[in-house]
Amino acid sequence: MHNTPPSMTVTATVNGQPVAITVDVRRTLLDLLREDLGLTGTKKGCDHGQCGACTVFVDGRRVLSCLKLAVTTSGQAVTTVEGLGTPDVLHPLQEAFMRYDAFQCGYCTSGQLMSALAVVADESLTTRDQIREAMSGNLCRCGAYQGIVEAIIEVKARSHAAGSEDATPDAIV
Amino acid sequence: MRSFEFLQAHSVEEALALLALPSTKALAGGTTLVDLMKLGVEAPARLVDIQALPLTEIAVTGETLRIGALASNSAVAADPSVRRLCPALCDALLSGASGQIRNAATMGGNLLQRTRCPFFRSHDWPCNKREPGSGCPAHEGADAHHAVLGTSDACLAVHPSDLAVALLALDAEIGIRAGHAARQVSLAAFYRLPGETPHLETIIGAGELITHIDVPITPLAATSRYLKLRGRASYEFASASVATALHCENGRVVELAVALGGLGTVPWRDRQAETLLIGGPLSEAVINRFCDALLAPARASAANAYKLALARGAIRRMLESASC
Repeated sequence: MHNTPPSMTVTATVNGQPVAITVDVRRTLLDLLREDLGLTGTKKGCDHGQCGACTVFVDGRRVLSCLKLAVTTSGQAVTTVEGLGTPDVLHPLQEAFMRYDAFQCGYCTSGQLMSALAVVADESLTTRDQIREAMSGNLCRCGAYQGIVEAIIEVKARSHAAGSEDATPDAIV
Repeated sequence: MRSFEFLQAHSVEEALALLALPSTKALAGGTTLVDLMKLGVEAPARLVDIQALPLTEIAVTGETLRIGALASNSAVAADPSVRRLCPALCDALLSGASGQIRNAATMGGNLLQRTRCPFFRSHDWPCNKREPGSGCPAHEGADAHHAVLGTSDACLAVHPSDLAVALLALDAEIGIRAGHAARQVSLAAFYRLPGETPHLETIIGAGELITHIDVPITPLAATSRYLKLRGRASYEFASASVATALHCENGRVVELAVALGGLGTVPWRDRQAETLLIGGPLSEAVINRFCDALLAPARASAANAYKLALARGAIRRMLESASC
């Protein structure tokens, strides 16, 4: 048995950087990212798994960081929106979101981008309906859904033309 | 959230030893449990992280499809043999939650998820399921989401799982371990009607762990399908859902299964009513007689009676569109 006090050290990789930090066992991955690491790109919307604003990648799969206890992240690789692109070198999805007006207030956008990344990588999703279904866990109260789907379709087409490597960071498979 | 002791299990045996401690819950994907801990609805003294246990395999052995309890909902839904052998299982999983949640949620966790009844989820209200004996406001204020089948004076909370509805139609069995003992229970016997004790939702006892789900491989299972009707096009719990499997010969029904979701306090199936459909062609009249028998025990209010019409429509659509 491995009895531990109510705090614990998390050793993980965040956007390619090793992280070792002691947190309260109640800390969610979302709060660890925002409060402990200052990575505020990932947003807290509902904090109950209903809105998708907190979507990040863990070991190559998109998950909701608000429903994941930080202490369960040890040994895992986390990618947040900060790991996608930079203001100078945008990720193709970020660039396409701007061009297609895929946001208004922007609060849901980082979650939308992380889900979009999974949708671009999933070659079984080809039709507009399939993309909308696969994006349904990310709510946008401004109603920018149309632009989001158009941006994803364009990046999908480009990344397939160029080989899917271009649109996908190394940490994401 | 109330604090807790966080423990990690590295083997099934270690997990079972830890789960035998008082006020202890197993943590898998966390998509229900962490949510309910934030709400204060669940407040275990200890959490045992079981995610490292070797219970993720999906394997075909002889006449059985065995799915590990910790396989993710996504992994099972995407598995080609699951799709081929029991398509309703994949469709039910894919109709539930969102891509992000399915990546984290496990099969065992899906079966043990708690109701989304708003009275259960909020301490602002009494709830017999959350605090036994405190009362049930749903009887005065039942809304569109409350159950119409299997209800009691103590509880009207609907069971939220799509997966369980498909598994009920597929005659699945649940593998359970406790200490050194293992047992296998049919899904039909897994959930308990609320009766006077709505806080007891399954036959799982303290210290027990779901290890796997067995689905019999049959020609009937290969015909299975799942239809979910709901208020939004996606990412919404069922208003009514139906899992069907149908085997016909010469235009007559030889074997079938029909299970309902979104209506009951537990996933709902009536094998006696199914016999009404055996042996004949699937006429509108006989489907109506089947629906009458299936829904006869329903108790509906003005707010949720629409579920009965939805269920009838869903059953008719599924049976009439099947090849028979």
